[in-house]
Amino acid sequence: MYNFDFEKPSSVADAVAALADEDAQALGGGQTLIPTLKQRLASPSKLVSLTGIADIQGVSSDGGQVSIGGATCHADVAANAGAYPALAALAGNIGDPAVRARGTIGGSLGNNDPSACYPAAALGSGATLVTNAREIAADDYFQGMFTTALDDGEIITAVNFPVPEAANYQKFEQPASRFALVGVFVAKYADGVRVAVTGASEEGVFRWSAAEDALSGDFSADAVPAAPDAEGMIGDMHGTSAYRAHLVAVLTKRAVAACG
Amino acid sequence: MPKDHGIGASPKRREDIRFLTGTGNYTDDINAHGQAYVHFLRSDVAHGKINGVDTAAAAAMPGVVRIFTGADFEGVGGIPCGWQVTDRHGEPMQEPAHPVLAQGKVRHVGDPIAAVVADTYEQARDAAEAIELDIEDLPAVVDMKAAVAEGATKVHDDLNSNLCYDWGFVEENKDAVEEAIQSAAHVTTLELVNNRLIANPMEPRVAIGEYNRATDDSTLYTTSQNPHVIRLLMGAFVLGIPEHKLRVVAPDVGGGFGTKIFHYAEEAFCTFAAKAINRPVKWTSSRSEAFMSDAHGRDHVTKIELALDADNNFTAVRTETYANMGAYLSTFAPSVPTWLHGTLMAGNYKTPVIYVNVKAVFTNTVPVDAYRGAGRPEATFQLERVIDKAARELGVDPIALRRQNFITEFPYATPVAVEYDTGDYHGTMDALEGIADLSGFDARRKASEAKGKLRGLGVNCYIEACGIAPSNLVGQLGARAGLYESATVRVNATGGLVVMTGSHSHGQGHETAFPQVIAEMIGIDESMIEIVHGDTAKSPMGMGTYGSRSLAVGGSAMVRATEKIINKAKKIAAHLMEASEGDIELKDGQFSVAGTDKSVAWGDVTLAAYVPHNYPLEDIEPGLEETAFYDPANFTYPSGAYACEVELDPETGKVTIERFSAADDFGNIVNPMIVDGQVHGGIGQGIGQALMEGCVYDENGQLLSASYMDYAMPRADDVPFYAVDHSSQTPCTHNPLGVKGCGEAGAIGSPPAVVNAVVDAMQSGGHKVDHIDMPASPSRVWAAMNK
Repeated sequence: MYNFDFEKPSSVADAVAALADEDAQALGGGQTLIPTLKQRLASPSKLVSLTGIADIQGVSSDGGQVSIGGATCHADVAANAGAYPALAALAGNIGDPAVRARGTIGGSLGNNDPSACYPAAALGSGATLVTNAREIAADDYFQGMFTTALDDGEIITAVNFPVPEAANYQKFEQPASRFALVGVFVAKYADGVRVAVTGASEEGVFRWSAAEDALSGDFSADAVPAAPDAEGMIGDMHGTSAYRAHLVAVLTKRAVAACG
Repeated sequence: MPKDHGIGASPKRREDIRFLTGTGNYTDDINAHGQAYVHFLRSDVAHGKINGVDTAAAAAMPGVVRIFTGADFEGVGGIPCGWQVTDRHGEPMQEPAHPVLAQGKVRHVGDPIAAVVADTYEQARDAAEAIELDIEDLPAVVDMKAAVAEGATKVHDDLNSNLCYDWGFVEENKDAVEEAIQSAAHVTTLELVNNRLIANPMEPRVAIGEYNRATDDSTLYTTSQNPHVIRLLMGAFVLGIPEHKLRVVAPDVGGGFGTKIFHYAEEAFCTFAAKAINRPVKWTSSRSEAFMSDAHGRDHVTKIELALDADNNFTAVRTETYANMGAYLSTFAPSVPTWLHGTLMAGNYKTPVIYVNVKAVFTNTVPVDAYRGAGRPEATFQLERVIDKAARELGVDPIALRRQNFITEFPYATPVAVEYDTGDYHGTMDALEGIADLSGFDARRKASEAKGKLRGLGVNCYIEACGIAPSNLVGQLGARAGLYESATVRVNATGGLVVMTGSHSHGQGHETAFPQVIAEMIGIDESMIEIVHGDTAKSPMGMGTYGSRSLAVGGSAMVRATEKIINKAKKIAAHLMEASEGDIELKDGQFSVAGTDKSVAWGDVTLAAYVPHNYPLEDIEPGLEETAFYDPANFTYPSGAYACEVELDPETGKVTIERFSAADDFGNIVNPMIVDGQVHGGIGQGIGQALMEGCVYDENGQLLSASYMDYAMPRADDVPFYAVDHSSQTPCTHNPLGVKGCGEAGAIGSPPAVVNAVVDAMQSGGHKVDHIDMPASPSRVWAAMNK
């Protein structure tokens, strides 16, 4: 990797100030960024670690909402988000134990890898992303592969998940990376069902509205519509776009069935 | 009660103490005083003409010692090929030059163009980025059949074409095979791909070159399976250094699987550069570099035809294979699709006539060479797949069809030039049926179907030729080396032994198994025996570890050397006891005089050898140290029968291995636990090939599966618990231990079992799919079922 400066502030304000430098980059758990640096594919002038900020770590639940600090690692969510079991289960199945001990929810959502798990949970739950500057609805946040509504230097401090009546995440793993080849998060709320799909689309995580409409009327696996159009789905050595489209429907059915 | 020591016991592996506690001594653990670091600037295009390499700016970067390019190696030899194949017409193969650093053209992604030597690794990388390359893209040749088509771009401009050789075997049988196919009652034809693999040993390659100006000695530390072979190839063919001025050390090596047999450009570079700059030079491959510079494996495209008579007896086999050589000929590449492949096409069956045609092809890809099994998995896969397809077409039981055609009398001379010394194929199939619970399969299939899954059963046999190899035979076949093995047994005064062997150990457990053999012969404890290997300064000339040869060939050399030791020790014991040499018996470490109560201990005799106060000096020399070289009379022919049960999710195409049973005949067995481990590891790699692993290039020669993000290595939860049996034992008839190789068997025998099972599962769901190419990934299986 190339040389860079390193700061590990203990407050959000200090982190925001540190990130004001040109080419400074926030560092969560580093599960994507560090390998990228080792490959010399990025050359930030400065890394600002967010893991020293106690205020943005931890899981709390209050009434119908689970709130997760932006710098909370996946293992913490898996262990402590019991108020939202589908979310805890999702976190507990990201990567391997080493990844879960380092990777953070803010890092994952900030990166918005098209095959990551957390974007499906956030979009599927209609979560609110809280930053140092504002609150962003998940529906406004995800803007395509590796693209989000975050401004330069903006930090995700918390993610607030409304707890649904029932939810489930089905991940079909890409055999090599074990990222989601396709992952579907289904959440049933009083005002309707949300279905978010990761791994499949060239546009990144998306809501499968046809399934949401059908399931909002009849929340049963049989109600899941035929597979979405393969047009716009990712096709690569691990699966054609038609295969991914097919998996979207299969996994949606399985998620609904698992909701019981 | 199992034995607790000697041959047949399963002591824990003594080397695992250091491997499992992080105290091994791998090449990257070695740091020479004052060493510099080299970073190779590698081609990022598959094929290009080098118009210029401007190193001026890079050379001025901090810490840079010197930058080398192809021009620095113009007077130096190229990387040699160790095997010359003769084609169907009696002509030698086309053999291109393979410069240490690219000259004129780059021929694959990863081809080294320049080498930056600097004080630190990071400085070398920084400077490499400042090298200005002027490379003119040329069309890349990736597909083998397109590569040999009329007018294809040539990988090597000075060769006639991209065809390395067109090999026919046995050429004299060609017409007889055609006749048999024409007159057959049934012919089953199958076209298939044996997927290209990347070996991925846990430890990437490393090389450290050292030069001593005071003595003019060069030393290379390297991650090799065969340091003496590297010394010979690099010394004689590349750098012109005689053996007595060149030492090659391969310390602990973290897995090889074939890809660390070969002599690589980086080894020659570090040795050359250390002398050029008079400083040690170290290279440690990154994992990314390993993907594009370690020799790959397999990569065959094959059409096979199996002819049967009206009674379902096999009457002929004919194959046509395109074998990818990559951009250059790696050390043993030409032998893999020919002599390690065509000679196995009889399998376990008494097919009377066989013809194998292999076209080896140059492409703009990483060189391809031996990978665990090397040619024999490719032979086994096509044969066992076509038999399975024939059974389905004929509506007969696939096991019965195999049994009906088994070779049952030994020795058996196949129509493809090898003679199986011994075997019992019904015996191994019986053993398989004993452990695989085949009669319970129908119930297990019903249980799977009740869950909405399909279940398939795949059974196959394999035979392999290993214990490589009789030197006189391989010499006739084009090998440019002998394939004997050596051992020096040095007995110390107080009775302990040091055994110096040419058999390198890189995870096989030699340091545990070899002492068991010698301990058994002398009747002493294994703890008295130390194994030394991996250093040309310590061991006699040996050919190394590959082709499942270490125990069969290296172990036999040890037996011969130990026999010499025992013979001499008996002479000394006879003198000490004032008895006749012919009356001396050795048992449990005691020499005794037959029919008397006189005895002396092993340690008394060894002490006498080194403190010869009372010693027959007029008859024998003091000391107790013997060397033996062993050259086998034949290959060994392990065989086996494997069964795999898979469950297939028809909605997603995902296949899981539910049961895997392996019955092998390895002849006599020294350490059953180590043999189990070898079989487990081999099957794991075979499952990896069958379901997960696939090296993928795009049409421009870019390596798409260039990291673990896209190249699927099997993890622990991808493989099942194995049922392994080696009770069926027909000892090898021509080596002193009666042993056969076991290292490659699992990787040879398992891929067809898995694919046969996947096809069976699809068929059981009503899908008329009679073949699926490896890796049978979920998307491929789903696509096959939803055509």
